[in-house]
Amino acid sequence: MLLRHTPKEIKERSALVVNPAKTCQPIGAMYAALGVHGCLPHSHGSQGCCAYHRSALTKHYKEPISAATSSFTEGASVFGGQANLLQAIENIFTVYEPEVIAVHTTCLSETIGDDIKQIRDKAEKSGLVPKGKHIIYCNTPSYIGSHVTGFSNMVKGMTEVAENTGKKNGKVNVIPGWVEPADMEELKRLAALMAVPITLFPDTSGVLNGPLSGEYHMFPEGGVTMKELKEAGDAVGTLALGEWCSADAARSLDTRCKVPCKVLDMPFGLKATDRFVDALRIIAGTSVPEEITRERGQLVDMISDSHQYYYQKKVALFGDPDQLIAMTEFLVSIDMWPTHMVTGTPGSKFEKRIKELTAHLPYEVNVKAGGDMFLLHQWIKNEPVDLLIGNTYGKYISRDEDLPFLRWGFPILDRVGHQYFPTVGYKGGLRLLEKILGLLLDRKDRDDSETQFELTL
Amino acid sequence: MATQSKPAQWTPAEVKEEMLKKYPPKVARKRASSILINEALSNTTPEIQANVRTIPGIITMRGCTYAGCKGVIMGPTRDIVNLVHGPIGCSFYAWLTRRNQTDAGETGENYMTYAFSTDMQDSDVIFGGEKKLKAAIQEAYDLFHPKGIAVFATCPVGLIGDDIHAVAKEMKDKFGDCNVFAFSCEGYKGVSQSAGHHIANNQVFKHLVGQNDEKKPGEYKINLLGEYNIGGDGFEIDRILKLCGITNIATFSGNSTYDQFASAHTADLSCVMCHRSINYVADMLETKYGIPWIKVNFIGAEATAKSLRKIGQYFGDKTLIDRIEAVIAAEMPAVKAALEDIKPRTEGKTAMLFVGGSRAHHYMELFNELGMKTVSTGYEFGHRDDYEGREVIPGLKVDADSRNIEEIEVEADPERFAPRKSEEEMKALTDSGFEFKDYKGLIPDMDKGTLVIDDLNQYEAEKLVEMIKPDIFCAGIKEKYSIQKLGIPLKQLHSYDYGGPYAGFQGAVNFYKEIDRLVNSKVWGFMKAPWQENPELSATYVWE
Ligand code: SF4
Ligand code: SF4
Repeated sequence: MLLRHTPKEIKERSALVVNPAKTCQPIGAMYAALGVHGCLPHSHGSQGCCAYHRSALTKHYKEPISAATSSFTEGASVFGGQANLLQAIENIFTVYEPEVIAVHTTCLSETIGDDIKQIRDKAEKSGLVPKGKHIIYCNTPSYIGSHVTGFSNMVKGMTEVAENTGKKNGKVNVIPGWVEPADMEELKRLAALMAVPITLFPDTSGVLNGPLSGEYHMFPEGGVTMKELKEAGDAVGTLALGEWCSADAARSLDTRCKVPCKVLDMPFGLKATDRFVDALRIIAGTSVPEEITRERGQLVDMISDSHQYYYQKKVALFGDPDQLIAMTEFLVSIDMWPTHMVTGTPGSKFEKRIKELTAHLPYEVNVKAGGDMFLLHQWIKNEPVDLLIGNTYGKYISRDEDLPFLRWGFPILDRVGHQYFPTVGYKGGLRLLEKILGLLLDRKDRDDSETQFELTL
Repeated sequence: MATQSKPAQWTPAEVKEEMLKKYPPKVARKRASSILINEALSNTTPEIQANVRTIPGIITMRGCTYAGCKGVIMGPTRDIVNLVHGPIGCSFYAWLTRRNQTDAGETGENYMTYAFSTDMQDSDVIFGGEKKLKAAIQEAYDLFHPKGIAVFATCPVGLIGDDIHAVAKEMKDKFGDCNVFAFSCEGYKGVSQSAGHHIANNQVFKHLVGQNDEKKPGEYKINLLGEYNIGGDGFEIDRILKLCGITNIATFSGNSTYDQFASAHTADLSCVMCHRSINYVADMLETKYGIPWIKVNFIGAEATAKSLRKIGQYFGDKTLIDRIEAVIAAEMPAVKAALEDIKPRTEGKTAMLFVGGSRAHHYMELFNELGMKTVSTGYEFGHRDDYEGREVIPGLKVDADSRNIEEIEVEADPERFAPRKSEEEMKALTDSGFEFKDYKGLIPDMDKGTLVIDDLNQYEAEKLVEMIKPDIFCAGIKEKYSIQKLGIPLKQLHSYDYGGPYAGFQGAVNFYKEIDRLVNSKVWGFMKAPWQENPELSATYVWE
């Protein structure tokens, strides 16, 4: 047994986290920043955090992740990191020539209390920022929230570039939240099919799913441009996908630039995608093309073709709030039974929302915000499930409990595909179902007796 | 596809100049001293700048002190609960990410699959985290009853002033049957992981070594220092040692247990693999307990044979020496057969190695065996002695960044110190050319005119690859894909990607195969589409 010390009996813990279902803010900020064209993320703190964040993102995407650090030594941690950051800014613009540096903090610089805005202003005043180049920033203390908070904070940081010129430009801002590059591509495809002009930010497609061509570009083609971010202040509205990842940025645009917003669930699964597509259609005053309606119909078709295998199958999940909410709705819509669920990200709103989505089920869901995978595993031991959904770390539970396991979330360290194939939208729904069905049927084919063994679905 | 030995188009001086050209003057000046064109002076080794601060903003390969302490040294110890005191991230990233294998059997303790953290919140940062730490230690104890709980401080902890050592001591006294000890390994200390190795090893030495005096069975007892069982390296070395009849009392720290550390002082010889991370422990074991140490290297089949022979020579027992020869004779044919098959495809190719504090040196052995030349190399967190040899140690300056790393003073243990050999025996050995505590560093093994570069960064790596075009580049995960985008395969030599073991005899064969696969993979020839290779529409399409 890999997790042989996990007892079935659950004891309350107040201080010890075991096998976290979250990580720290800066990695989210780094991921978000990579979705800005020509942007070099910069970690203001000791170099270790940056090394860890780069490694984790690299292992997930199998792509180069460039980011710089202020490389604090003990001196900086006593006297503050201003000198390090100023030096870093000069070196970065000279050596790597990015369009923009996106600074985020770490626990260390936060504990010291470095004022990034003031340091940035100083850098600008002393001519360290070449003309036409930018520094955006956000605060990401990891002792608050989680990686999701850090993502949200950096996206909010991006909106500070936006300007309201008083003339609407007819575009719709779409804030996709922490989804994969392939998902971002899919959202753009859907909008393009409806002929709705959108600004998607951040946009990591074309950045973190690049080709192998014998050339290396530290700043690939993709990403939302600073110009687009500026113009986001003139958009007709903002669709924020996911309360945790995207709402803050959308609301800040509303306050700062009077761009109205609407927070939707992330478009995973049938109904959440329906709401996304419908919202875009109504905002833009267009009709939904036949192609999209047909994709939707295919998803419904697949649900009906394979519903018997999903029906009342129990699922344990761990991951991030926005993703889990959308996934729960999807699972419930195909009559699967989400049974245990943890997110490491704190916030009782999450538990409330999950309880609402599962209120009509004949049992009460185990759900915890600020929980860990140790607890999830204990719940599973007490009430076994048919499927586990979560990031790669779930493979240890999956093996010990002999559970079919869908890798979905961050990080996925041991499989490929998430870079290339979306799970948002109707097409993404098809992919999710195909994967779930494959897992359930592989299990059935393995477990069925020779007498019961079947040829057809 | 990569071709056989390309003409050197650039002189080393030109490459160096090109690497420095774009830097602001201050940066260029600093980096210039870390980039050495090896002049191969006849009897002195040129000096290189190493173990100095990373330059802010320059994209480095380095990690932090905590990574060196928790990740590298303590990570592979299976039966200690490693509790990280700090916000969640540091603990999360060091969770199962280093590919250290362990074998706890069916029922043995194994906490390596777990991540433990106090998940510090803002209230802890404001009011102090000691209370939470205490509660977390208690909860870990109640849940698991481990032999030991190790506490690691991350950056914020040092700043808010939590006294983790006092908390550890209090809890240890309270439990009575669980050793609780702490590491002040905040990431801002030192300039790289190397400081963390030091902090970790010091505490292991202080809190664990020497606790179990029970005599272990075995005739030729050694410690293996600085071997972390990445990809099962330690298992392969243990397999060979066992065949030879050598007993490995303690590996620091691959596949290790609490008891191995506690018993380390009962060995009769310390064998140092990774000089960087652990040479000082070998010194302390000698001073306190009288255990002499030698440098070994089990990376490379020839190097393995050489190291085994050295161990044999130390014990000086004919049965052991004969048995070692028999093992080498039995293992070598498979190695030779593999080389015979593979070497024609690797001979003449070139490699670059930028990794660790020892591996950049050790792996040159394996590339040599493949007939490949290492054209540029350097460490990520090495010190000058790792480049230039141990002779430079007395002259090394202790700067502000090293000063805050605790040096522990040890003296001979009044009860446990015992010389393993008489003075005459030691003298006879040294007179016969046997070298104790000997490490000459990496530079003497590099050819004249090659570039030795400390703390190579992303920008310089790209320049090196573009200008010298090696057939393979060895570094870590952060470097992997930017190098591969340029069409050059990158082998991770921290974690071995997915592979290993590469140590010992079977490991050497694994490595030959892996390098053959990498440098000869067809994929590097797929990068241009036909229409990119011949863009002109000069001919009309030929139908059948
Ligand atoms: S916070 Fe400090 S200890 Fe943790 S990863 Fe960052 S540098 Fe290392
Ligand atoms: S110190 Fe903070 S920011 Fe750095 S890795 Fe640890 S939790 Fe993350």
